[in-house]
Amino acid sequence: MAEALARRRARLARRSLALRDLVVAPGLSAVYRKELADQLGSRRFAILFVLILFAALSSVYVAANAIRDALEQASADAPAHTFLLLFTVAQDPLPPFYQFLSFLAPLVGIALGFDAINSEQERGTLARLLAQPIYRDSVINGKFLARLTTVVVMLVSITVLVGAIGIYRLGIVPTGEEVARLVAFLAVAALFVGFWVAISMAFSVYMRQPATAALAGIATWLFATFFLGMIVDTLANAVIAAGAIADVDAYVGLQNLRLTLARLSPNTLFAESTLALLLPRVRTLGLILPQQTIGMIPNPLALGQSLLLIWPQVVSLLALTAFCFAAAYIRFMRAEVRSL
Amino acid sequence: MSAAEPRAPVLPPAAAPAPAGPAVVETHGLRKRYGEQTAVDGLDLRITEGEVFGLLGPNGAGKTTTILMLMGLSEPTAGDIRVLGFDPVREPLEVKRRVGYLPEHVALYDELSARGNLLYTADLNGIRGAEARSRVASALERVGLAAAADRRVREFSHGMRQRLGIADVLVKRPRLIVLDEPTLGLDPEAVNQLLDLVLRAAREERITVLLSSHQLIQVQRICDRVGIVAEGRLLACGPIADLAEQLAGGVTVVELGTSDGLDVAQAIAGQGGVLGVERRDGLWLVRARGDVRPALARLVVDRGWPLTHLRLRDFGLEEIYLRYFERSG
Repeated sequence: MAEALARRRARLARRSLALRDLVVAPGLSAVYRKELADQLGSRRFAILFVLILFAALSSVYVAANAIRDALEQASADAPAHTFLLLFTVAQDPLPPFYQFLSFLAPLVGIALGFDAINSEQERGTLARLLAQPIYRDSVINGKFLARLTTVVVMLVSITVLVGAIGIYRLGIVPTGEEVARLVAFLAVAALFVGFWVAISMAFSVYMRQPATAALAGIATWLFATFFLGMIVDTLANAVIAAGAIADVDAYVGLQNLRLTLARLSPNTLFAESTLALLLPRVRTLGLILPQQTIGMIPNPLALGQSLLLIWPQVVSLLALTAFCFAAAYIRFMRAEVRSL
Repeated sequence: MSAAEPRAPVLPPAAAPAPAGPAVVETHGLRKRYGEQTAVDGLDLRITEGEVFGLLGPNGAGKTTTILMLMGLSEPTAGDIRVLGFDPVREPLEVKRRVGYLPEHVALYDELSARGNLLYTADLNGIRGAEARSRVASALERVGLAAAADRRVREFSHGMRQRLGIADVLVKRPRLIVLDEPTLGLDPEAVNQLLDLVLRAAREERITVLLSSHQLIQVQRICDRVGIVAEGRLLACGPIADLAEQLAGGVTVVELGTSDGLDVAQAIAGQGGVLGVERRDGLWLVRARGDVRPALARLVVDRGWPLTHLRLRDFGLEEIYLRYFERSG
């Protein structure tokens, strides 16, 4: 009786194992769990966490004070979406929370990803890892997913902490829609950091030295954050100085081109998305002429409308992330173990 | 410099019949090309269950490439492979489940403890929970690292790392262990310890062992059979004693220490029974039929050259090795 039971259990265990293999590739969960433990326990994570937490705390504290002063003077009821202002209001010299994030988030992504593959290659653990009965892509997928999870953990915990302080300082509790907007904001932020994780992991596959990969990541970050904007502005100014702008249409065309070029940078995509999500009054992300605003009712957009507004930005971010990860993936899957 | 004498006679193809029994590793016409370069060139290998097989050859002979192909980590350009009945190209996971592989540079996660490293390996093999813990504990016990189980690998010496590498291989309870240059960089004491460890594990649990090395003497001790590889080809294969006997075949090598010079070489080559002579490491290596030591001694003394060394060489693995490499050019 007991024997039959044991046999049946063993058979069931075998079957469930096969099923699990179908759902989760062999080794994926093992790699994921180890990487996640590594990341969350690393000094690197602690440093980044503290850095972002401090930036967030200081900017939100200042914002809360400014909002409180404004509310006291207005003496009317708080306007809609006051809670979200915590994340967008700034007072010199501190930038608002979302801007801090658009500066620091790429750094987090790069720091998490730049040595994902090449450090194992350098130490030689990769060959031993690949000699275990796991799919090869479990390694790179598990590493990427673990880093994404780390990012989500970091962003959510910081936002919750900061939000709690905001509630305490303002005495205002977020509404359901505000919470939904914050969740959407966090999702976009995670995607944004995910892009930087993906690109730095691609560097870590293509470059043997972690230091080189880190440098390449930082160079990309500087370019996307600062130089692209400068170059675009310089170009636009040159066109204006050359007197090529004859009428309004030409000017609008120039500004649109400027925007399009700026949107090559994931930072612009992220900044626009966060703006639309955290400031419901934002109803357009492009250039808008005064005559186009005639008849517009200046009330906040519904969440669905805001999401619709940023849809292209989100899809572009997703595409950029997918492209970078695919580049890393293909190279990693095709490489000879010898050269890995 | 070497005398203008004909080279040693070509040795009979040393294809001692492989021992009977089920084959654990079998390759036919295995070939691997990296671009223009051929790393493995038509390798036929057969390793039977329970034996300790040494794959010997100089650096760059294609040993590591062969091992990578056996493990399914590299795809052969041509030829077929069977490892434990599976084709590593089509069923790499089945092979990897049953074969423990220790790469050339044992690399472990420095920041984890010895136990942590092995638990990760167990996890990757789908072994979790109490089963994983008991397997890891017994593997650590086996290699004598039970006391250091919870220390970080960062603090380990090279020898300890190597032993931990063996433990890592044992965790999955393999039927075949593949060790790539396991003795590299170890002192003789540690080498012996390590090889004994491997040998004991292999004998007690009937695990087949394939190890590659360019350090002959060390490996000689524990191998049942060896295969000598150079430039991607198997030059000889069989028990060491057989290879030595084949090589000997009435041919001896005498080490002779005397002055250098073309005239000396010619004089030696002119002696009856001498097949070849060459200068190596300040000695003349004289290949001859029968023992030519008395004749050589007389010659040197007659000519008034100093006689500093005279010895009949045993056919150790080193000699076999040298001879085969000469033959392959």
